[in-house]
Amino acid sequence: MNEAKAFKISITSEHRLFDLHLKETFQYRDLIFLFVKRDFTAFYKQTILGPLWAVIQPLLTTVVFTVIFGNLAKLTTADVPGDFIIPSFLFYMAGNICWSYFSTTLQATSNTFLNNRNIMGKVYYPRLVSPIATSLSNLIAFGIQLFLLLAIWAYYLIKGGTSIQVTPMLALLPLLAIQMMIVAVGFGIIISSVTTKYRDLAMLVGFGLQLWHYACPVAYGLQLVPENWMAVYMLNPVTPIITTFRYAVFGFGYFDLVYYLISWAISLLVFFFGLILFSRIERTFLDTI
Amino acid sequence: MEETMLKIDNVSKLYKLGQIGGTTLREDLQRLSARLRGKEDPTKRIGARSYKKGETLLALDGVSFEVKKGERVGVIGHNGAGKSTLLKLISRVTAPTGGRIDMNGRVASMLEVGTGFHPELTGRENIYMNGAILGMTKKEIDTKVEQIIDFSECRQFIDTPVKRYSSGMYVKLAFSVSAHLESEIMIMDEVLAVGDMAFQKKCLDKMNDVSRTNGRTILYVSHNMNTIRELCNRLIVLDQGKVTFDGTVEEGIAMYMETSFHNELSIDYSNIPRYAFLRNSKIRTTYTAFVDGRNVFEHDEKMRILFRWINEKDVTNLCLRIEILTLDRTPIGTMFLYDFYDGCQNDQGKVCVSVDLSSIAPGRYTMYCNFFQRDKHGHTSTADCVQGLCFEVFPYRDIVWNKKRWGSIMLPGLQIQAFEKKTIKPDI
Repeated sequence: MNEAKAFKISITSEHRLFDLHLKETFQYRDLIFLFVKRDFTAFYKQTILGPLWAVIQPLLTTVVFTVIFGNLAKLTTADVPGDFIIPSFLFYMAGNICWSYFSTTLQATSNTFLNNRNIMGKVYYPRLVSPIATSLSNLIAFGIQLFLLLAIWAYYLIKGGTSIQVTPMLALLPLLAIQMMIVAVGFGIIISSVTTKYRDLAMLVGFGLQLWHYACPVAYGLQLVPENWMAVYMLNPVTPIITTFRYAVFGFGYFDLVYYLISWAISLLVFFFGLILFSRIERTFLDTI
Repeated sequence: MEETMLKIDNVSKLYKLGQIGGTTLREDLQRLSARLRGKEDPTKRIGARSYKKGETLLALDGVSFEVKKGERVGVIGHNGAGKSTLLKLISRVTAPTGGRIDMNGRVASMLEVGTGFHPELTGRENIYMNGAILGMTKKEIDTKVEQIIDFSECRQFIDTPVKRYSSGMYVKLAFSVSAHLESEIMIMDEVLAVGDMAFQKKCLDKMNDVSRTNGRTILYVSHNMNTIRELCNRLIVLDQGKVTFDGTVEEGIAMYMETSFHNELSIDYSNIPRYAFLRNSKIRTTYTAFVDGRNVFEHDEKMRILFRWINEKDVTNLCLRIEILTLDRTPIGTMFLYDFYDGCQNDQGKVCVSVDLSSIAPGRYTMYCNFFQRDKHGHTSTADCVQGLCFEVFPYRDIVWNKKRWGSIMLPGLQIQAFEKKTIKPDI
């Protein structure tokens, strides 16, 4: 019998571990694009300020951070020892936009199956399209925020009086954005796969992210972390992303290649584990959700 | 020989019933520990029917058939026969528990009204969205978008957000997209029940048309025998997850109606599973029977039926509704008994009702018996719902009742208002 050759699509009860539908997902790139467009237009429809909201939110958060952590708590904003001068507003904003991209993407993708069960229950498309589209549409907001950050950054650069400088490290920004996407989607699809069976984890996501926030150097500089805890602290894959991001933008700061590569390794590991889990769950999640 | 488009080979689908989420953490841990110790899975239920223990449901049980190019296959079966499950498997929404499905081409499933539509997007944007969800590329949709708009009869509103559409327009737009899909296999699950009559006709014509001219294969699930007669050229009857008939439409419908008629005089419901929404119902019907010990009745007779039930909870103002249907599931009429019973938990109830058959045309019928509660505002909530017995009404005054043209209701006899009798004497 040459069935396998004769038919274009075959569905069987068996599932191979590395059957990730990546090629098929790529064929649906038009759908990814349309989902991104839908998310973006639908999100800002019937608002007066429109995409400006993407800016207002981190701006206000940064103001609050500057006042509370900077002026009141007087937490250090230094990642490395030395006499670097950095406007605290810029410091908090850099951390905030990274964290807000990570947390919103993680939260949104962790609901992939739950939010889309209506449509996924009716029609087949590679399920991975949904989390990818979500992470991309969040990337638009991140892009707008980054643009604003760079505008303020340029202002300080021209005005002078700070340690900010332009370095080749700026070229790392796209790589950092990709890594953020990978790690956020990775965690997101793991959670969404597990929550099809046990909803408990969904409860934990919002709360867990809040706690996770404190484990990242967003509200404080890396100097606050004791030296002997550093190895553990840097295992958090988000930490090197944020510190490297600050290094790339400001031109000085903390960068350790080993920790950075470890965080890449963890990100990729999480992502591939997520992919495997996701493609396993997506086949029959509808029966259990 | 025509090309095989779809090959279903010994496909089965097992659903776990019971706990929400299908499995509990404890069960999963048990399974894991058993596997680690190299023992047999203690919670294993997959496999032959004999494993079934009330907690699983074999929605499909070794279904096999092949569909050739251009065939228009109707799928019918009683509720719970596995029709929708079959379509779900073919449309890849969920994976089979066993067996293999091979397809030669893209499958487009007709979406339920507005699935995949985003209310904030305009009609045109939604066409693109829906097309992409169904697997078309942007380029393909570009070439079809004008045709789709024309077919949907919504051109005037095409750049308005669909949240402002009427439900009819929603349906039309949704159908138009899938009708113009470049797919080789089209599957539909009784979506045509919505939309106005003219549009339904248009849809059937369109499907007939694409199937005949483009050689597209159609798989259509319905309870409506008339649309099946109109559209399909082959019929598959499913019963309890198995294919019981595969052949021509008329033979299939005849066979389906035949099996719909049971000669039982009583039904014991204690072990019959209920729909999910009835899981926490107030009462549980346990038994029904014809009091007279037969299921054939004269036209002027009263049919007496007995019901027994157990109260799962306290009930007040229990009502009974009996829906009478023809064997092809066309409802023909409904009778009510209001507020006949109040009772406490674990009480057993029994009621015997009589049904006036004088307005029911001769023929064979089945019933749905629906117990419900009514509060003081007139809101009703279902307490239990079971498929009732089948019965036959004997012809009245030896008239052969032409069901197709006369319907299933015999209205009260005509009354004479004025009458004149003139006798014309022939002139001799």
